[in-house]
This record gives sequence, structure tokens and C-alpha cells, in this order.
Amino acid sequence: MLNDLNLSIARGEALALVGRSGTGKSTLLKLINRLLLPEAGTVLVDGRDTRQWDPIELRRRTGYVMQEVGLFPHLTVEDNVTLVPRLEGWADARRHTRALELLALVGLPPAEFAGRWPHELSGGQRQRVGVARALAVDPPVLLMDEPFGALDPMTRVELRDEFQRIRRHLKQTVVLVTHDVVEAFALGDRVGVLDDGRLIACETPDRLAHTTDPRVRQFLDALVPGVRVSTVDRLPSTVTD
Amino acid sequence: MVERHLFLVAVSTLVAIAIGLPAGIIAAHRPRVGRPLLAVASIAQTVPSLALLGFLLPIPFIGGIGPRIAVVALILYALLPIVRSTAAGLKSIDRAVIESGVAMGMTKRQLLWLVELPLALPSIVAGIRIATIVGIGTATIAAAIGAGGLGEYIFRGLSMVDSTVILAGAIPAAVLALIADASLTWLERRLSPGRRGLARTTAIAIGAAAVISVTVLAGGFASARPDAIVIGSKNFTEQVLLGELLAQTLERRGIPVTRRLNLGGTFICDSAIRSGDIDAYVEYTGTAFTAILKQPVLKDPDAILSNLRDAYSRGGLSVLAPLGFNNTFAILVRRSDADALGLRTIGDLRALAGRWRPGFGYEFAERGDGYAGLSSAYGLQFAQPPRVMELNLVYRALATNQVDVIAGDATSGLVKALELAMLADDRGYFPPYHAVPIVRSAVLLRHPEIGDAFAQLTGRISEDDMRAMNAAVDVEHRDVAATVRDFLSRLR
Repeated sequence: MLNDLNLSIARGEALALVGRSGTGKSTLLKLINRLLLPEAGTVLVDGRDTRQWDPIELRRRTGYVMQEVGLFPHLTVEDNVTLVPRLEGWADARRHTRALELLALVGLPPAEFAGRWPHELSGGQRQRVGVARALAVDPPVLLMDEPFGALDPMTRVELRDEFQRIRRHLKQTVVLVTHDVVEAFALGDRVGVLDDGRLIACETPDRLAHTTDPRVRQFLDALVPGVRVSTVDRLPSTVTD
Repeated sequence: MVERHLFLVAVSTLVAIAIGLPAGIIAAHRPRVGRPLLAVASIAQTVPSLALLGFLLPIPFIGGIGPRIAVVALILYALLPIVRSTAAGLKSIDRAVIESGVAMGMTKRQLLWLVELPLALPSIVAGIRIATIVGIGTATIAAAIGAGGLGEYIFRGLSMVDSTVILAGAIPAAVLALIADASLTWLERRLSPGRRGLARTTAIAIGAAAVISVTVLAGGFASARPDAIVIGSKNFTEQVLLGELLAQTLERRGIPVTRRLNLGGTFICDSAIRSGDIDAYVEYTGTAFTAILKQPVLKDPDAILSNLRDAYSRGGLSVLAPLGFNNTFAILVRRSDADALGLRTIGDLRALAGRWRPGFGYEFAERGDGYAGLSSAYGLQFAQPPRVMELNLVYRALATNQVDVIAGDATSGLVKALELAMLADDRGYFPPYHAVPIVRSAVLLRHPEIGDAFAQLTGRISEDDMRAMNAAVDVEHRDVAATVRDFLSRLR
């Protein structure tokens, strides 16, 4: 699916990957936490080949947020959020404190939400819990697969702003997959464009907006109908695909 | 009876869970292994319960009469719903939930215990519920092979043609099934994801299951008496009376007895005594000679008896002296027909056979000295092949005009009660069927007092005595034990 791909991501950097469905964005993410292994080539995390990593250890150091969220329906919000700490053998009291911190961080008042069940939450609330869960043990790497894709436009912008706020506190390396160019430009320190399994561009948003590569140009225009992407700052924040 | 019934169901369901749960997990995780696994479980499910018991009977270790084989059969029936619902429950879990568990760094075991099993639990409990209900129903069949349970009432009621006794077994079985259904449905709902107090519910459920199991298991095992003499009988009233007669005769001499009455047909009793599952039962000379030893029909009672003794002694079995009466097959018609058409002998049927519908029990239909021999000896050509059904229902079928001629027992108490007439065997087709106790020779050697006790019964039971006892139970609905007690008291 992915082909001839050479990409390095700096520590603490947020990389946003855009591309049409089926271009291998999710595959790229899953190669990082070893949900998939490459057929050829190598994926290095912290300078170590993912084949050499113990998959369990690697995944515990890697937060993962996806569009379907995948909250555990049989656990409360608090238990969902503190599941990785539980796997890591944290004491109950420490887990509880951490749950309150995390819920506050993602904008869910703990008193109201800690004891709720996933089915009692709205889509946006569920996604916030998903983010909180991924951040639970403060992993150095955060992988986000269309985290805001299933949400309505308003909630989506709200959550995106929220995430930018959170990013200012935490200095994780983030790899974010989206098919929303506006979101990519807003959240990425760099934006990578995937087309048919190849990385056709990987630049800062500013430089990408001024690209002269006709393939990339065409791609960006196609994904943001009616708006010619020129500079990030001038992008209307409510525009979505 | 209820305790024994619960014992059978509880043991078999628990074992089926222990086997079925891992099998269901394997079936869900490895479809290549799972598919044949489910196929095997499905096949076991489709075998009719009596047939399954028949298959299991001769298998070493699990075969033989009694609760063991019934438990094995019930386990086989309980497996499919448990395996299938476990696999279905696991497969129906949202893929995203599994993926987020894996991405979190859960090991396979953590994923199974923390995510998959809790989410599949309602489905698993639903499977256990179905297995339990099916088990409660199927366990009634266990009485056919002497495993006891509520089926004993049902079989006894069938042989007495008494719906009240049938209901005494059927209603408690239905009530048990409803209770099991209601409580497991409650549990199923409590265990669905997103419910508070999950841990407490689980604890209560496990606690309740443990208490029931321990009580029932204790009851089930406590009833076994290894040192007692085991008396068997086939599954009709006369046989149960004769089994009880042997039992009480021994008990009057202070010899401990375990009753394994109502053991299905001739072949089950025969294989039970040969395997040592029972120590004694009453057989009929003609039946033993033709059906068990597969010898051609002999008419001379003394020749049959000496031949039997030779053949049985080689199998370690002793044929004791006849009790007296001859329970030959009786060809029966409705008395009204006999009177209206002037029927007196089997030969009189020849002219009517073209229009009449025969009905037989399974043994008579199958045996060489039964239907096949009879029709050729008398040249009977019936309008249709015989209706074959449970022996006790045959009488009822004749009385209610569903068949016109049946083969019954000469000593049956129903002959009088249902106003039937017995046709004379004027060609002497039926061999003698004198009742003789069969006892394992080893038991007689070890306990000579048993031979002495049974010798007291020799020649003491006439056809009239037997018919009267049969009628007392089948028609007057008297208790078997009381009827036998009265008879034995009169013998002194």
C-alpha cells in the first residue's frame, strides 16, 4: 500500500498527514505502533526498528486515538481513561487522581463525567475521552487517526481548538491523519501529502501553501473546494470538506 | 427425584461450560479450528437423545447404565449452545474496541479477560441458559437408562397410562426450566455492558451457582451405595413389580439393595448385568433364548431352561428357577370386536387382516419371535405395516380405535381395564416366556444368602397373581412397593 516512502519525524513535532481515502494514511500510523509490520524497509521509533521493539512496550509508549474511538462499553469513563495505567500497575489512588486531571484537561468536568458510561456520552464527549485515554500515561508519541472525523463541524472546530490548547501543555510527538486539509494546516507543524501510497510533499504549512508542484497544488485545491489555499492565517476556521 | 434431576443437569452443564467456553474462544479466534469444532458439536446436537444413549451404552468407561452415561449425553447436548454463543459473543464485539485494546498495549490474555470476555458475557450466559433449559428437558430421558430424575415419573406414568403420574414428572421439570430461564435471563441482563454493580452481580451469581452445585453434588454422590446388591428391571409395570419383588425379598433378609428399575428394554438390562452395572433382574425364558441368545424358537420349557443355563453360565450369569407364571405374548383385540365377530383364536384374524391395522411395541416389531414369525406362522397379511410405538401406548391405541390388533403381555393388568380380549395361540406359535431371576454368579458365590432368598419365590407367582399385581398398579394406581409388600406378606 505504501511505497518508496522516506519520512522522519522530529521529537516533539506534530505532523499532519492528508490524502484521499485509501492512500495509506492509517497504514502509516499502524506501522509506528506495530499494529502492522512493513513488508519491506524499516520503521524506526526512538532509533529502534519496530521489529526489535516488544510490541506491548512500544504500544504502551504510544497513545492512539481513532475515529471510532473504541471506548470499552463495559467500563465507566474513569475506568476507560485509566486502563493503560491499570495495565502498568498503578495504585488505585494515583489512577483516580490521574483520571480527574485528564478529564479536566480534555474539558470534561470530572464530577459530572467520571462515573458515566460510554453510551451516555455524545460523539464529541466520547472523542474527548478517547484523547484523555491516549494521554493517560503521558506517552512520548501520540497517533491520531481521523480523531475528529465523525463529528459535526461545530464540535470539530471546538475540539481542534481544544487540542491545540492541550498541545501547548504537552510536548508529545504527534502524528495526525486527516482528510481535512484545513485541520492539517491548523494542527500540523508540518503537513505531509500522501497520494497513492507515496509521500508527494512534506512541508511546513506556510511553504506548502505556496507550493509550485502542480500535483500538490491540484490536490490541495481539490480538497478545499471554493477556497484557494494561500496562507494559513487567512483560512476561515469554519471551512470543512 | 428433583435432586437427582438437578444433579444430572448441574454436573453436565458445569462440565459443558468447562469444555465449551475454551472451545468457543478457540472457535472465535481461529476459525479454521473453530468450524470443524462447531460442526462436531452440531452433529452431537442432532442425534435424538435415546439414540445417543444407545450409542454411548457399549463404550467403555463412559458407557453402562446409570447417571454417568446420562451426564455424558447431557454434556454433548449442552456443548453446542455454549460453544456457539461464546464464539458469537466474541465475534460480535466492535472491531474498534478490540483494536483500541491492542493499540493500548494489551497482551492477548489481558485483551481476553479485560475486554473480550466481559463484553461476550451476556451472550455466553444466554448460551448457558439455553443449555440448562435443554438439559432439564433432556434429562427426563435419563430415567430410561436408570439414571433417575423426573423422567422416572414420566416413564412410570406412561406404563400406568396415568396422566397424573406423568404430570408429576413433567410439571416439576417445566417449573425447573422456567426458574432456570428466569434467573439466567436476569443475570444476562445484569451483565450487559454499561450497568452499575457488575462486580456485585457477578459475585452473587457465582456464589449462587457454587451453593447450588455443592448442595446438588453432595446429594448426588451421597446416594450411591457401593456395597448394596443392585436390582434392575425393564421399563414396564410388571418388570418394575418384579424388580421390586426381588429387592424386597432381599431387604426382608437384611441385605442392602440399590434399585435400578425402569431400565429401558431387554438389551439394556442384558448389557447392564453383563457389565456388572446391575446384579440381578427378572428375564423371560423365551425372550432370553430368542432375543438375547439369538437361538431359533423352542417350545419345550425344560429344554429352553437347560439351554439357557448353559449359555448364561459361560457369561458368568446364573439362571434361577422359574417364578411360576408364563408371560407369553398376547394377541389382543377390543372385546367388542371379539364378541361381534366371534374372534377366539389368532387364526380367526386371517380373514380380517386385510382390513385391520396392527400396532406393536418396538421389541415385538423387531424380534424374530415377534411380528415376522407370527405373520408367517398364521399367514397374516395386514392392510398396512404395523404402527410401532412405546409398548404402553399400544394398549391405549387399541382402546381408542387407532389400531385394531396389538401384541401385548398375557399378564397385563390393562387387558381387563381397557376391555380387551386375548386371542388363543392355537398353533402354539409363541414359545414359553417363564419369568426367571438372572443373577451374576459372582454375587451368588459371595452372598449365598441371595440364592436362598430368591429360591423362596420359586413357583410362587401364578399368572393370576401377576395379572392382579399389574392391575393393582396400572388400573388401581396403587404404589408398586406397597403392592409387592402385600403380596410378599401373603406368601408367608
